[in-house]
Amino acid sequence: MDLSFTETQDMLRETLARFLADTYDFEARKKMLTRPEGRDPGIWKALATDLGILSAPFAEEHGGMGGGTIENMIVMEELGKVIAIEPYLQTAVIGGNALKYAGGAQAEALIPQIIAGDAIIAFAYAEPRGRYDLARIETTARKDGAGFVLNGHKAVVYAAPWATHLLVTARTGGSGAERDGVELFLVDAKAAGITRRDYPTVDGFMASEVYFENVALGGDALLAGGLDLIERLVDDATMAVCAEGQGAGRRLHELTLAYTKERKQFGQPIGKFQALQFRLADMMVEAEQIESMVLMGTLKLDLPAEERKAAVSLAKAKVARSLKFIGQNAVQTHGGIGITMELAAGHYFKRTTMIENQFGSPDHHLGRYEALTLPA
Amino acid sequence: MDLEFSAEEIAFRDEVRAFIAENYPAELRGKQDEGDDLTKEDFLSWHRVLAKKGWIAPAWPVEYGGPGWTATQRYIWSEETARADCIRIMPFGITMVGPVIYTFGTPEQKARFLPRILSGEDWWCQGYSEPGAGSDLASLRTRAVLSDDGTHYIVNGQKTWTTMAQHADWGFFLVRTNPDAKQQEGISFLLIDMKSPGITVRPIITLGGEHEVNEVFLEDVKVPVENRIYEENKGWTCAKFLLAHERAGIAGVAASKRGIEKIRDIAMTEMDGEKPLLANPFYRRKVAELEMDLTALEFTELRTLANEASGKGSGAEANVLKIKGSEIQQRITELVLEAAGHYGAPYFRGFGEGDNEHPIGPEWANRAAPSYYNMRKTTIYGGSNEVQRNIIAKMVLGL
Repeated sequence: MDLSFTETQDMLRETLARFLADTYDFEARKKMLTRPEGRDPGIWKALATDLGILSAPFAEEHGGMGGGTIENMIVMEELGKVIAIEPYLQTAVIGGNALKYAGGAQAEALIPQIIAGDAIIAFAYAEPRGRYDLARIETTARKDGAGFVLNGHKAVVYAAPWATHLLVTARTGGSGAERDGVELFLVDAKAAGITRRDYPTVDGFMASEVYFENVALGGDALLAGGLDLIERLVDDATMAVCAEGQGAGRRLHELTLAYTKERKQFGQPIGKFQALQFRLADMMVEAEQIESMVLMGTLKLDLPAEERKAAVSLAKAKVARSLKFIGQNAVQTHGGIGITMELAAGHYFKRTTMIENQFGSPDHHLGRYEALTLPA
Repeated sequence: MDLEFSAEEIAFRDEVRAFIAENYPAELRGKQDEGDDLTKEDFLSWHRVLAKKGWIAPAWPVEYGGPGWTATQRYIWSEETARADCIRIMPFGITMVGPVIYTFGTPEQKARFLPRILSGEDWWCQGYSEPGAGSDLASLRTRAVLSDDGTHYIVNGQKTWTTMAQHADWGFFLVRTNPDAKQQEGISFLLIDMKSPGITVRPIITLGGEHEVNEVFLEDVKVPVENRIYEENKGWTCAKFLLAHERAGIAGVAASKRGIEKIRDIAMTEMDGEKPLLANPFYRRKVAELEMDLTALEFTELRTLANEASGKGSGAEANVLKIKGSEIQQRITELVLEAAGHYGAPYFRGFGEGDNEHPIGPEWANRAAPSYYNMRKTTIYGGSNEVQRNIIAKMVLGL
């Protein structure tokens, strides 16, 4: 067993952290959110070309650095520390992994574009009535000659307004929540028949409702693997947002700690009060457990499906609970100023709250864990 | 003891119900249903209806314009207004400064301010907290200096978290009149015309995107001495009275009951697989636990009201009601956000006022995250829950 990072991994973290410290301070981030496109595209381009960060999780034969899940964990954690709104999760983690797992001509063509910062991928899997059940979808991909015709409505697709490609889950057969017939398609975001309703999200991203009306797809749009593939991708993504939550939660604890040292009431820094000392200590305990669970879940992503799912669900449920504790107590400790747009803490709280339920609430994940591991 | 309402009380309840049904402003109802932002005029529309009927100030003594209701009638009133989803009446005039004025004010002050509070002509705000004086309110530094001729004060300083100050005609302010006295002893209670020269109101935007609270800057603001309530340097007495006075309502029981009803409705329509979300055993249990805690709170409030009449009680009633009431209000928003699932994320408010676009996802979901964020305030304002525990520990338990 070895839980240490390689030198290359340490370097990746340092390079990215330095860049983000320069470009992503609180004021700069606020300005990005007010731009019409809701982000600064120059940062994505810099991550790709100046820093080579987007090549980190890809194989050398595609022009990558030869990394994988650990590199994704590192990048997501650093992005979380500055609550970055870059589409790394959607593009490099979900999109990149989908292409890696599926292989073939699509992967050959698109991975270099991701690495170059030219392709942005959004993951259209959620539906208005599906909640967190990946198979409960009504979007259909009807076989039509060599290709497919796509119809349906995907909900809250993060990064869709910026995307060049969409990864879409759809039914080629079956109904309800049947496993069979659920497939994954790679779709050109500008394909005829796609309409979007774009909006900001409460945590600073841009997202869309995406509507497909008789969108014609070629046969090669299908990334073979069915629901098994989709579940793997979502587990990868789940651990990536947990890593992001780790970075954000850790920073939120630091911000709160700093505040308790400078804020004075009753003639002393509020950090001198034992009630708050205990609270800050408890927040640290939770932050430590988040880090442990992120590592555990990430390291188990390559295990057989059942073990992987059980591990990811335990990790996500725990991370969500701990983030809730850290977030709510960070705001409470800041007092009124913690509920305003004026301090960074509130913005971290908004994002960590969304991470709690992203890719499944704690109830969903504990339920999945129970179903997999506890006798009925 | 008897839990049942008497025949008279039932008749009163029916009268209240009928009155609300017939007189609640239809336009306001429509805006609430649409989830629109409410304007000052919206708040005043319901206020004026109640003022005309004589029901605007349930707790005021009859001589000052109260309806003369019993504690049970007031309880029925708050139940029925919450049940009918009536907007809340802004508390700053009716439940806060009004009782201070009729308890500590001069006959002239009562005659001048109370009728305008009742009618809604004056919108009030509260100038208490300062950037350096939050939980430690008594450390406030806004300074009021009496003029040489003794006719007015000159006030300088900064207040913060001033709710709805953007609409206010008047504010009640705690100011320091004697900087040399012990903290609580040098404070006075001033009524300040918000249109006075030297007052600047600047918005503070909260996490849900709301403009509820403000900073208020006071620069050489001239305040006539007749606008001081009670004696100079005795303002803390008024402030303490105000904190302890309003026990009923502080817990928000009726509103939380309505909140849980909404959760039941939402979770019956929102599907989780083949079944409604309310059939999900985890979610269902959380609703039950919330109802358990709310029932405990409700009966704590009822005991408090009963004890008030007889002068008995633990002495920690207001603190208990504040702590548990605020926590329950927050948990309600947590369950709504959880029910929203993916649709907790869209920030619909971003489209701006007067937007007629249909909502994203279910209508109720669009405010789920903003109100979750916003309601974190309940354990912070009105004396944070830490301060409430301090008060219990020091004042009641003698620790």
